[in-house]
Amino acid sequence: MQMAMFAYFGAAILLSALFVVYFRNPIYSAMALLTMFMHIAGLYVLLEAEFLAGVQLLVYAGAILVLYLFVVMLLNVQSRGRFVQKQTPAVIGLGVLAVIELATLIFHTRFYPELPAIPHPGVPTLGNTETIGMVLYTQYLFPFEIASLVLLIALVGAIVLAKGKLKYR
Amino acid sequence: MVPLSWYVALSSTLFLIGLVGVLIRRNIVIVLLCIEIMLNAVNINFVAFSKYQHVIDGQIFVFFVITVAAAEVAVGLGIIIALFRLRETINIDEINILKL
Repeated sequence: MQMAMFAYFGAAILLSALFVVYFRNPIYSAMALLTMFMHIAGLYVLLEAEFLAGVQLLVYAGAILVLYLFVVMLLNVQSRGRFVQKQTPAVIGLGVLAVIELATLIFHTRFYPELPAIPHPGVPTLGNTETIGMVLYTQYLFPFEIASLVLLIALVGAIVLAKGKLKYR
Repeated sequence: MVPLSWYVALSSTLFLIGLVGVLIRRNIVIVLLCIEIMLNAVNINFVAFSKYQHVIDGQIFVFFVITVAAAEVAVGLGIIIALFRLRETINIDEINILKL
């Protein structure tokens, strides 16, 4: 059952990621990316990370994708002419090399290795969200504060960049 | 139970799709979308290892990655709008004003 769910989510993720690269219209690409985010959230549920599945849907599918759609509709550029970049042969070679490397890695992997099972630590079972909250606000408190600073700077920077000509006095 | 290596294979393939998209596409919005694909591939890896090792830290990392991705998208789209206002184009072949 778990295997079937993994196969479905994995196939849907890969297919929609390919569509993101393949579609000519940016709005179609954004919609394919929405499908990919939804299926990744499903994969997180399969991996028992329910909090992250919710965050994925809220932040990625809810906020980031809407921002993309706004910008695509704001720019309203019909893609005309060529589809792919003018690229130097070195970059094409690097891309082909990366594909070959990944294919080699996947074909040489033994997919059922005899790994020793890692014992589950005998902590009292909290829920996923409670555990993340406990760790996030104690052990990772300083990075959490830094993250808020990053968001603040991004907020100010985005407004300054998108606002256009500022009238300095 | 799904073996861990399947998750690693899925995430590396997804990362490769994003990488190739960044390399070949001409539209700068699509290039940013492909960067999102790569970030999500890394997130799948983090969550899978976090489950199979029974430590929660991987999921915390994913939380921070999502935060940084949101910031990156906001700034990146701001840059795209500013560039479009300047050059009237979103093709990255034509955006070369930093070239000597």
